[in-house]
Amino acid sequence: MTIKVLAIDDSRTIRSLVQKVMEDAGFECTLADDGVQGVTRFKENPPDVVITDINMPNMDGYGVISAIRGGSLHRNVPILVLTTESAPHLKAKARDAGATGWIVKPFDDVAIVSVVRRVTGARA
Amino acid sequence: MSAQSSIRDMFFEESEELLEALAEGLAQMNAGNHDDETVNAVFRAVHSIKGGAGAFKLTALVAFAHRFETVLDEMRGHRIAIDSSNLQVLQRSADHLADLVEDARTESDASSVQTEGFLVALDACLGASPGAVVSEPDEPFSFAALSLDLSDIAMPAEAAGQHFRIEFRPHAGLYANGHDPALLIATLADLGDVEVELDLSRLPDLPDYDPAKPSLSWRIRLKSEVEETVVQDVFEFVEGLCDLDIKREVVEAVSEPAPQPPMPADEVVVAVERTDLARPAPVTPKEEGDGAGLTESRGPKPTLRVDLDRVDRLINAVGELIINQSMIAQRVQELRLATDADVVTHVEDYRLLARDIQEAVMAIRAQPVKPLFQRMSRIVREAADSTGKSARLVTHGEGTEVDKTVVERLADPLTHMIRNAVDHGLESLEGRIAAGKDPCGTIHLSAAHRSGAVIITIRDDGAGLNRRKILEIAKKKNLVSQDAELNDAETDALLFLPGFSTASTISNLSGRGVGLDVVRNAVAALGGPVSIASNPGQGTEFTISLPLTLAVLDGMVVSVAGQVMVIPITAILETIRPGVNDLHIVGTNEQLLSIRGKFIPVVDVAKGLGFTRPANHPEPKTLLLVETEKQGQCALIVDRVFDQRQVVIKGLDTNYGAVPGVSAATVLGDGQIALILDPDAIANNRVLPLAEARTAAKLNEERKLAVA
Amino acid sequence: MQSLDTNASEVEFVTFFTGGQSFSIDIRQVREIRRWSAVTPLPHAPAEVLGVMNLRGSVIPIFDLAVRFGLTKTPDHVRNVVVIAAHESQTVGLLVESVSEILSVARDRIQETPDLRSDNSRQSIIGVIPVDDGMTRIIDLGAVIQTDRRTLQ
Repeated sequence: MTIKVLAIDDSRTIRSLVQKVMEDAGFECTLADDGVQGVTRFKENPPDVVITDINMPNMDGYGVISAIRGGSLHRNVPILVLTTESAPHLKAKARDAGATGWIVKPFDDVAIVSVVRRVTGARA
Repeated sequence: MSAQSSIRDMFFEESEELLEALAEGLAQMNAGNHDDETVNAVFRAVHSIKGGAGAFKLTALVAFAHRFETVLDEMRGHRIAIDSSNLQVLQRSADHLADLVEDARTESDASSVQTEGFLVALDACLGASPGAVVSEPDEPFSFAALSLDLSDIAMPAEAAGQHFRIEFRPHAGLYANGHDPALLIATLADLGDVEVELDLSRLPDLPDYDPAKPSLSWRIRLKSEVEETVVQDVFEFVEGLCDLDIKREVVEAVSEPAPQPPMPADEVVVAVERTDLARPAPVTPKEEGDGAGLTESRGPKPTLRVDLDRVDRLINAVGELIINQSMIAQRVQELRLATDADVVTHVEDYRLLARDIQEAVMAIRAQPVKPLFQRMSRIVREAADSTGKSARLVTHGEGTEVDKTVVERLADPLTHMIRNAVDHGLESLEGRIAAGKDPCGTIHLSAAHRSGAVIITIRDDGAGLNRRKILEIAKKKNLVSQDAELNDAETDALLFLPGFSTASTISNLSGRGVGLDVVRNAVAALGGPVSIASNPGQGTEFTISLPLTLAVLDGMVVSVAGQVMVIPITAILETIRPGVNDLHIVGTNEQLLSIRGKFIPVVDVAKGLGFTRPANHPEPKTLLLVETEKQGQCALIVDRVFDQRQVVIKGLDTNYGAVPGVSAATVLGDGQIALILDPDAIANNRVLPLAEARTAAKLNEERKLAVA
Repeated sequence: MQSLDTNASEVEFVTFFTGGQSFSIDIRQVREIRRWSAVTPLPHAPAEVLGVMNLRGSVIPIFDLAVRFGLTKTPDHVRNVVVIAAHESQTVGLLVESVSEILSVARDRIQETPDLRSDNSRQSIIGVIPVDDGMTRIIDLGAVIQTDRRTLQ
């Protein structure tokens, strides 16, 4: 079955990059512009993995994580945080918030696909 | 790769928007609005530019955005103050960021030399916050930050070599964070041969079993040549969410096969099943909706991005539709049917429909002047900096929409006028203080729609025009006769004469050979006049009036020497049918019209264009009073006035070239082309002599070439 | 100056008559051939520019080729035709009396322009092709319309 990815990022550029990389890898990719839209999309069509930015308007990435983890639906879905920060305390913060993993921007497509495969168990 | 390059284009397009949002946010902060959402929005704008830039390896941009963002992050964390000096640094940094984006787009590095100076200023802001740490962007932005592509480094383990003994006991948080021990083990299996042993010893009896308290642990033996850090990386995401112990052992014997797992295969199966069990049971999607109680997405209005070429194709097609409509209307009119005939009503409906479609299509190209206005605040800052003045820009009516082309072509004249307002309009700092004014001057820039036109005003609160000095300069430069006596408006108009410059010293800003005459010509090319109003001691106001679109024009359809032509309505003040006593012959062939006590030059359009009327043509009787840029009021002789209508503008440049006295052409209802006249050029008596002189000069040149 | 250099050994021309002479133009430059219809005259235009006409919404200038080559002005006639041709991004119309044929010639049959007295003609004719009853002149469309633009600007 095709892996369904939900990518949440307020940057159109990053969204398109993620979408391209995911689709090139054979995954299905839904996009959302901000946290609120992301959580709405998540409920409408539960994905197999969520990739989210942290700094976003309306609801930030931590908000997305807590909304998903605190919900009753698919609360254990893997959530990957797309971040420009590699500082250890920020990773810890993402982990404490409930993130499954993180991808440090700028991701290279091989790395991002590899992480998605790793947390979803999808084989190449 | 085209997908990649189109995303790159998207990045620059998005960056433009982000830079606008940044300017907008900073303007709000400048206005004293320091609430978290405003500062956050500013932070996000820079952050998003950095993120996108990183994806395209635009390192100079990333490095600068990173430092900029660090300062903003400190501000939103209330660790450094949002005071005027810091705000100034932010504003300048935003300008520089815009330059760096432009550099990246054009693949130049023209602005990078200035980066260091801005970095110093940004660091100085951080200096105010002793706790602030400027993390170096180098590490997160190197591409090798994470070695996650395990397949690349995974090597088939040799019979001899090393192996790892891994003890792994997940905590509840590991499952809660969406991890699956089976997947972690599978990832390890990608590195080499694994033997997995499930430890069920902590599993309580069924009655005491609590799925929220994980009780499973695994012992894994991984035979692999990889570095220990690679194994550790597999558990990177679960650090702190499990008990983990990784030991590296070296196997000596080459001949000895790897020891068989002491574990029956079915236990592995159990392990997988158990891990599934340990995760909460899946919930059916039917329970949807009772979750976090989030409202519908509140994002901005949905928009569609369309290639401009497609819009222009549509505009062309609609132009043809309008022409086709008027052709049909004309034919129907020629049938002289009763006004209530079905076809007449349908044709009228068609006209209204076509007009609606045209307006809707034009609206697609309409853009708010806001981005243009925002760019002007930078011009004000730069002009103030280089003249040692202090100035602020206040804008009004930023949402006013104008055709994209008009917005684009307005940028240069507007920039010049804004510079001019700061440079010449505002007094020096001392001057303002002496006059009891706020030392910081204000430039008001506003846009408004008024009867089918856009009115742009640029107003300063400076000293006003020094008319005595203007006249003096004009006389000194022989722009007017030495004994000329001019009223205020006439004096002000001297500013627009070519070669006029009021600055007593040639400043950095003006004196580049660009005077207000260039501004006036640029605005006139867009089809609008520029006017000045000035009050001594209170300031000067320039007003530009522009058409909403360059694609259509409201025109008066006239005939000249048997040709149907169009004159832009905006130029026409009134239509006059003069009596015999109103026209006066002066000299050999000059005519003047007397109207309301004034004498106004009369120009015969046919003669101006070099057309001759047929011998038996009746003497033309209609005059159009027009306002021209260079000649003031002027009366144009035409043979006949038909009606007013909106016409679609067709350029003559594409397939031919410039024609003196003609600005463009249009297609009439009968499919014939009508020329759109440029009243300014026609009123200017030099049209004909000039054209003749040019032709003669060129012919001469050609003859010379031919001889040589 | 337009070049005839291509790899093809055969070149195709549209030939037409005007002012009692035969001219031809590289077929790749010809867009269509239309019946003559009234044009709108342009002020201050050189004599060979008859005016502009509407070609499906585009404004295109019409040149009287005979006048351009110093021959007598093409007389009004219902059978006159306009050859619509394109040079780079410019589309123009050439008024001629009639279009005769499409001529396919081997490249080596094209001869250099003999030394003509008229500069106008010499600069705008790239070569001649001998035909049964005389010859046809290959016009350089770019030069024909360019001279005129220079005069104006």
